[in-house]
Amino acid sequence: MAKRYDIVIVGAGPAGLAAAEAALAQGARVAWLDAQSAAGGQVWRKDIRYGWPRQAARVITEVVNHPHATWMPQTQVIAAEQNALLLQNEREGWRITYGSLILATGARELLLPFPGWTLPGITGAGGLQALVKQGWPLDGRRVVIAGSGPLLLAAAVTAKRHGAHVLGIYEQASDAAVHGFARKLWRWPGKALQAAVLRSQLAGIPYHCGSIVTRALGEHALERIEIDGPHGTQRIECDQLAIGYGLVPNVELAQMLGCAMKQEGAHPCVDVDTSQRTSVTNIYAAGELCGIGGRDCAWLEGRIAGLVAAGADIDASLLRQQRHARTFAAALREHFKLDPYIHDLAQPDTLICRCEDVPLQALKDYDDARSAKLATRCGMGACQGRICGTALAELGLFPRSGQRPPLFPARLASLGELASSSETEGSFS
Amino acid sequence: MTQVRINIDGHALDVPAGISVAAAIAQSQRPFRRSVSGHMRAPFCGMGICFECRVQIDGIAQQRSCMVSVRDGMQVVTDG
Repeated sequence: MAKRYDIVIVGAGPAGLAAAEAALAQGARVAWLDAQSAAGGQVWRKDIRYGWPRQAARVITEVVNHPHATWMPQTQVIAAEQNALLLQNEREGWRITYGSLILATGARELLLPFPGWTLPGITGAGGLQALVKQGWPLDGRRVVIAGSGPLLLAAAVTAKRHGAHVLGIYEQASDAAVHGFARKLWRWPGKALQAAVLRSQLAGIPYHCGSIVTRALGEHALERIEIDGPHGTQRIECDQLAIGYGLVPNVELAQMLGCAMKQEGAHPCVDVDTSQRTSVTNIYAAGELCGIGGRDCAWLEGRIAGLVAAGADIDASLLRQQRHARTFAAALREHFKLDPYIHDLAQPDTLICRCEDVPLQALKDYDDARSAKLATRCGMGACQGRICGTALAELGLFPRSGQRPPLFPARLASLGELASSSETEGSFS
Repeated sequence: MTQVRINIDGHALDVPAGISVAAAIAQSQRPFRRSVSGHMRAPFCGMGICFECRVQIDGIAQQRSCMVSVRDGMQVVTDG
């Protein structure tokens, strides 16, 4: 029989952690899962050399070892039913049921196509950070960091710390936009301090604004890139390019559960009330999947969701802090708005769907994701359209189609755990 | 740092315990995989979203190498 928990939390980043800590303190029995092998999410990912950031280490240890917490690492939700989830890890699939569910599935990077973007040696910016923290070798490698947003600074710090020769950071936002943002930072003293610390750790690494990587070249792996900047085009020889254009919410599970969405730019995020309730009874959402808001915002929303789900009251100051954290996200969006030129970088022969190798020119006759998928296989591969679907939405070609189970490629043995398999028949891509 | 011995495409390799299989493959300088039309690919998103880093681990195909940590005696087969 499926094991029952008072509260199940999906995602072990700041929002999930805060929710777990708050709910456990109220006496709830909590199950807590994440696709990664260690808790912390992306922003607090454990570094093989340096461990977790200090503030994260304390709460992670506390929650993982709590007698009422069941920690399920390397576990993904494959499908959902009424008050139940079908889970899968490396070895098996199983069902659990819950009283309340808190979604803290975070965000992924916005990865956009440009000529050469599939070459080995090119990763996301946060992507490189994640790889390096788990031992990816960078010692002495020439690394360029590019794309947009404050994540580029954090990625550069991590790369440098692990021995990379960081050639430069290339931010697409203009000099005026970035300085305008810096001038507003005093309103969020914690963020201002964080920025100052990052800058000091990056001494000697040039930071270029208004600069866009237009092309990557190489025989079998990355050899050089071309950058358009305020002073024209330049070519840079490098071994590794870490390029990310910000973050997009991971809403696939929430969509499958039927939670109402709202749009933030070209991408959906989960619509919640001030208590982090979604439109579905007993399902809460906290952090990045409710709109990109950053680590502090995720922590506060996770705490709110954990308290409400456990039946506790929330005080006004917590809500006030959360609203303030959300205004930071709004400022970020405004100042790091993408230059429309980035949307036009892909050429007719640039691959859009990396799983099925579908070029842009094959998609031009379609105006929705589903017909394009059926005719070209775009979005039909292992990533299930997470990369190409998000990119196509950002490029304004067409929005992503809805999510159907299984949420990730699943083994047949796992799917056998589904109570009503007929509902999912024929839906395996 | 403790070392573990793994095997990548028939080559034994000693790597620090706790690193990802993706990192171990990169250290071995082995290719990861070829795309459906034969292009070389390697880890891209770094966090289990894109599936570009998938390899066979201990007989199970299509494992995301960025999501799995090395274990002593692990057998990895790439698709390069």
